[in-house]
Amino acid sequence: MSSLLKTHDPSEMNGLDFDVEKIRQDFPILHQKVGSKPLIYLDNAATSQKPQCVIDAVEKYYREDNANIHRGVHMLSERATDYYEGARKKIQAFLHAKHAHEILFVRGTTEAINLVAQSFGRTNLKAGDEILITHMEHHSNIVPWQLVCEQTGAVLKVAPINDRGELILEEFRKLLSEKTRLVSVVHISNSLGTINPVKEIIAMAHNQNIPVMLDGAQATPHVPIDVLELDCDFYAFSGHKLFGPTGIGVLYGKEKFLDAMPPYQGGGDMIRTVTLEGSTYNQLPYKFEAGTPNISGAIGLGAAIDYLYQINFSLATRHEEELLHYAQDKLAAINGLRMIGEAANKISVCSFVIEGIHPHDLGTILDQEGVAIRTGHHCTMPLMKRFGVPATARASMAFYNTLQEIDSLAAALRKAQEVFA
Amino acid sequence: MSDLRELYQEVILDHNKNPRNFHKLDNANHSAEGYNPLCGDQLTVFVKTDGTTIQDLSFEGHGCAISKASASLMTSILKGKSTEDAFKLFDKFHHMVTGEMGSEPDAELGKLAVFAGVCEFPSRVKCASLAWHTLKSAISSGEQVSTEGDDL
Repeated sequence: MSSLLKTHDPSEMNGLDFDVEKIRQDFPILHQKVGSKPLIYLDNAATSQKPQCVIDAVEKYYREDNANIHRGVHMLSERATDYYEGARKKIQAFLHAKHAHEILFVRGTTEAINLVAQSFGRTNLKAGDEILITHMEHHSNIVPWQLVCEQTGAVLKVAPINDRGELILEEFRKLLSEKTRLVSVVHISNSLGTINPVKEIIAMAHNQNIPVMLDGAQATPHVPIDVLELDCDFYAFSGHKLFGPTGIGVLYGKEKFLDAMPPYQGGGDMIRTVTLEGSTYNQLPYKFEAGTPNISGAIGLGAAIDYLYQINFSLATRHEEELLHYAQDKLAAINGLRMIGEAANKISVCSFVIEGIHPHDLGTILDQEGVAIRTGHHCTMPLMKRFGVPATARASMAFYNTLQEIDSLAAALRKAQEVFA
Repeated sequence: MSDLRELYQEVILDHNKNPRNFHKLDNANHSAEGYNPLCGDQLTVFVKTDGTTIQDLSFEGHGCAISKASASLMTSILKGKSTEDAFKLFDKFHHMVTGEMGSEPDAELGKLAVFAGVCEFPSRVKCASLAWHTLKSAISSGEQVSTEGDDL
């Protein structure tokens, strides 16, 4: 905070400071005990907790507005449709997309990538063509491409990373070729926290007219997203990692690509006309939203985005940076601890292993101390292999976490070392 | 902490640090690989039988303390036992770690009673029983075992 602000009235300062205790009041789930210990939730990269306003929005929808959308002439249906389409507009603004119809509701990032793989991939790929990913992808940005490669004879290429867990950009550039039909890259790694240089990646790919998809599951809760400025062609994220409900996610796609792509699933709402001889398809975005969608999920996600505007997202991310640096210092002080993922540019995710203690044992001991972390391969088995570990322990922080919670994490890790001494 | 000490008993910590029969068995006539995708435990169990008796057995691989100690103790205890008795013991062991047995572990389990604390930690049942499932598979079919989707 600048010195100028310090001379201001203290009440104004409060408005500019990030008051984490006040923020925590918005999340009812955080105020509980695990056994006799207060819950310390450090598994935010797996899923985030939900503020009361999101829970209220979902409840209100079912209590007051529930109806099917886009087809009823009655009041409830019109209201439900308005809220659902209103959520789409909120997401358009959140991503800075040009058109609301470029926002498709899906189940989550996984379905978004599968949609692009099957709809864009199957249409545009032939034997010998290439798709380029990186070594730090989540299984959901590997397996859908392997499936479409099996179906089309295309080849999956993988750009390497260095020992700090950063993409080797020069190697990435070399792997772009006249055979490359699509680049699909994770914006921020779920296992390492690495923020990829996506602007450079996109510029390199576009230089050769190759479209780029970004997996934004971990990025949306931590950095502002502007798809126009990035100029990415597809962007996917999940609602539940962004303080919204599970089962709702978003695929953003540039209109020119979505228009040219065939439907992913067939059913109600995605058609214009159906005869027994054939069908014509609805316009965007409905062409890709077959069947009754997750209406309450979309509304809940809209409420989560409203919440992020309300709390001042830039102050929240600054607080997360402080949490990261504090956690890095505290973890580095633990004997025998090895960090996995030391990118210069990363978010508040700390993956690590401790000599002599398997991550799964760490997870159990930490749970007894009330500390919830993730242990395992984090759906990134190739990445675990790259670092020569079967699994890691991962503490992932959100803006509602506190420095004291990091202290408790460090104390619990020391306790685990005592048990295994 | 008391629950933790129940789970991580000295015997378990010792077998984790210094696993017994932790090598490949060159003259094995059965082997199988076991895998627990939840935590990345991966082990291979080697068995030498004459058709009815387990003459020798060993294991290799990596995993958490519970899975490693369980494999170590299993290989120590079953040497010289009939395969039929081994399977019976597995049933009792399984009942104990899933908490389906009364408060007292069956006397026949002997040293294996150190795993009684596992039933308080449902997410660790798969770790404790992985070696046993793998042994069973080695003797009966030799197919790879995965605890994923298992109703353990």
